[in-house]
Amino acid sequence: MLLRHTPKEIKERTAITINPAKTCQPIGAMYASLGIHGCLPHSHGSQGCCAYHRSTLTRHYKEPVMAATSSFTEGASVFGGQANLVQAINNIFTVYNPDIIAVHTTCLSETIGDDIPQIVAKAMTDGKIPDGKYVIHANTPSYAGSHVTGFGSMVKAMVDYFSENTAGKREVYNLIPGYVEPSDMEEVKRLANEMKIDSIMFPDTSGILNGPQTGRFEMFPEGGVSINDLKLTGDSAATIALGKLSSEPAARALDTKCKVPYKLLDIPIGFLATDRLIMAMQDLAGTTVPYSIELERGRMMDMITDMQQYLHGKRVALSADPDQLIPLVEFLISIGMDPVHIVTGTPGKKTEKRLRELTSGMKSEANIKVGANADLFLLHQWIKNDPVDLLIGNTYLKYIARDEDISMVRFGFPILDRVGHSYFPTVGYRGGMRLIEMILNALLDAKDRKSPDESFELVM
Amino acid sequence: MIEILKERKNQVFEKGKSAYDIGCEQSSAAGSVSQRACVFCGSRVVLYPIADAVHIVHGPVGCAAYTWDIRGSMSSGPELHRLSFSTDLKEKDVIFGGEKKLYNSLLYLIERYSPNAVFVYSTCIIGIIGDDVEAVCRRVSKENGIPVLPVHSEGFRGTKKDGYRSACEVLLKLTGTGDVSDVRKNSINILGEFNLAGEAWIIRKYYKDMGIQVTATLTGDGRINDIRKAHGASLNVVQCSGSMTYLAQMMEREFGIPYIRVSYFGMEDVARALYDVARHFNDEDILEKARKIVTDNMTLLLPELKKYKEKLQGKKAAIYVGGAFKAFSLIKILRYLGIDVVLAGSQTGNKDDYELLREMCDEGTIIVDDSNPLELSKYVQEKKADLIIGGVKERPIAYKLGIGFCDHNHERKIPLAGFEGMLNFTKEIYRSVMSPVWRFMPGR
Repeated sequence: MLLRHTPKEIKERTAITINPAKTCQPIGAMYASLGIHGCLPHSHGSQGCCAYHRSTLTRHYKEPVMAATSSFTEGASVFGGQANLVQAINNIFTVYNPDIIAVHTTCLSETIGDDIPQIVAKAMTDGKIPDGKYVIHANTPSYAGSHVTGFGSMVKAMVDYFSENTAGKREVYNLIPGYVEPSDMEEVKRLANEMKIDSIMFPDTSGILNGPQTGRFEMFPEGGVSINDLKLTGDSAATIALGKLSSEPAARALDTKCKVPYKLLDIPIGFLATDRLIMAMQDLAGTTVPYSIELERGRMMDMITDMQQYLHGKRVALSADPDQLIPLVEFLISIGMDPVHIVTGTPGKKTEKRLRELTSGMKSEANIKVGANADLFLLHQWIKNDPVDLLIGNTYLKYIARDEDISMVRFGFPILDRVGHSYFPTVGYRGGMRLIEMILNALLDAKDRKSPDESFELVM
Repeated sequence: MIEILKERKNQVFEKGKSAYDIGCEQSSAAGSVSQRACVFCGSRVVLYPIADAVHIVHGPVGCAAYTWDIRGSMSSGPELHRLSFSTDLKEKDVIFGGEKKLYNSLLYLIERYSPNAVFVYSTCIIGIIGDDVEAVCRRVSKENGIPVLPVHSEGFRGTKKDGYRSACEVLLKLTGTGDVSDVRKNSINILGEFNLAGEAWIIRKYYKDMGIQVTATLTGDGRINDIRKAHGASLNVVQCSGSMTYLAQMMEREFGIPYIRVSYFGMEDVARALYDVARHFNDEDILEKARKIVTDNMTLLLPELKKYKEKLQGKKAAIYVGGAFKAFSLIKILRYLGIDVVLAGSQTGNKDDYELLREMCDEGTIIVDDSNPLELSKYVQEKKADLIIGGVKERPIAYKLGIGFCDHNHERKIPLAGFEGMLNFTKEIYRSVMSPVWRFMPGR
């Protein structure tokens, strides 16, 4: 009873967050930066921020995560971090020699008001940035948004710094995958490939955070979008942006800057959202849906129909990031499950509105809380008052799973205690099949474990 | 071949190759991919194991999120320390101040959880926006009759070591405030033991078997009321010298309690710790009991170790740990097991630590302060290490290089302290180094 401290009675809270369902912007920016080839993310703040982000990403991906820090001291906090950042830029290019440094700010550097473009310009004037090398930046104060918006800001920075109109339009499509796993990015690229669409995906962490065992430590592994491709995004025919918070800022910026129109879609979790992606690809590129994709979809539907009896009417509590949560809730409802309790710490009125719309047809109104005080403490209280059959969310839900003896599917960020998420997608039809498999395994394992002898079944 | 940062040239040495005047206790060069953390991290790890207190992180959500139950400090009772409390400051709080939010948060938490004390950690931003955390804490403490203690842990105010110091200052405020009538003459405090994987329980049992009362463990499986009467003990026994020697010094000054430094890693050091404590009490009975504990344990341990020792002969290890004191123990353990130490480094060692490290190491050993992944991987490969002993950020580097790894930091899953710990440690490195998977690594 680790969470024995969670009382059933719910009292209005205004100030305190207990067991958060989000984290801060800089880690999202760091993750996005890792999706550029040859990029060293740089945290402009105290040393601890960088250490915590690297540790968390390392625990989630089981991969080395490289990033540098401005190592703020008392002096830097009084006089500004310019000297630190200029020295850092110099040191990084001298020793680690990345193609690009992606600087993100922290609550500290934002509050003291460091002007990153001005500092980078100074580094440029001082000759600290070698020819052909780049320094980009995103403002990611920890007191605004969440890790999701931090990701979105760094992706937008890629557009702001690189996208340009060069040789005229090309029949190429930009894919902005959202804050998803490297495996998911791979799967979206594969779907585009199946649809015979030439694409540029950015960012692209596949190969970087799910790399192979090579017997070598690579500071900059293979993989990631190249700077050249980032420049070419301005010439693309259109952009498909997956996930409003994590991808739309970049897509909109690209539209404004280079007149590349965009289509905003949900991250393709579940068959409905995946259908919309496939249709969008078909409409934009004028290609037809190949049999291979029909086959994948057919298999997914077959799996769902074969096992619908175990899904229908099951009550689910969820905690995830908005861009995932919306299609996930839609998916669960589409297969007959009832997402009854939903929290996400990432603020956003539109998130809440869509979640309410999606759940409006349910037998009873879902508990939904978005933003301030939408935390796992509240979720636990809801569950205590109104139990569920299944939990879906990141590793932190395991306390509730254990205390209330509820099955759990690990999904989202961070997953600190299992592997698989970086290798096997949950997007697309195949990813949907994996989600179904995980959900069924969780439910049926519990049934096997908890059934009395007489109703313990061999065949399910 | 990689270059060493110019600023870091005096922080890396190869014993026997060059004059030795290691630079340490410097802040990290900006732009270095350092494995170090911040002041907040130092305070948080020291105070975190106190299980019947509320630990509230005052600042934006990140600092609370990243330190939520990551250290594995076990509690035999309450588990309040494993929850994550944040004032989750927003932009408007940064502009208008977070004092009211902190006050309301404290009231809610105290009412909800009835903790025996509250620790309020200031993060970077608090130092900039200038919240009067002291005043809020004083007020709440007065209104609720429990200690509400501000921890000055703004991340930028130094290194992790400065965070240890802030934590010690807070602990010192608690000591001397409790009733010591049940504290016996033969009583000690255990300092710098955080009960990772239940290690404090092993150590406490040794002392109990020696007839010594442990008044307070700071801070593993810690309780506020024990800490409040820590001044009643007659000796402070300090492990992990980096984090808590300062508290021991302050308690010596304030209460006249002497202290000794010990390590519980490796049978040699555990035995010495028990004997040192026994000798302090100058009591033949206690000494005899210590002898018995050591003899009994060694009789069981040595034949067990022998099996692994034969297999591990001639293997090579790289050690990169937080505090240098741990490195000393590890070198002794590895030497006993027949494993060569080819690299020894720490994040926070001082001049004396590195001098001792140099004396202990063999010729050709790389000695490094505040290292980074490129350096570590370079030397590990050059020296053909079979094993890295380190923490979370070193683990995937070892595995990418295709060699064994042992977490001697927050993520240890089995106790590595005491005599049992010596065997556990040996088994763990045996399992990792001798795993059949390395045979299939590229380049083997």
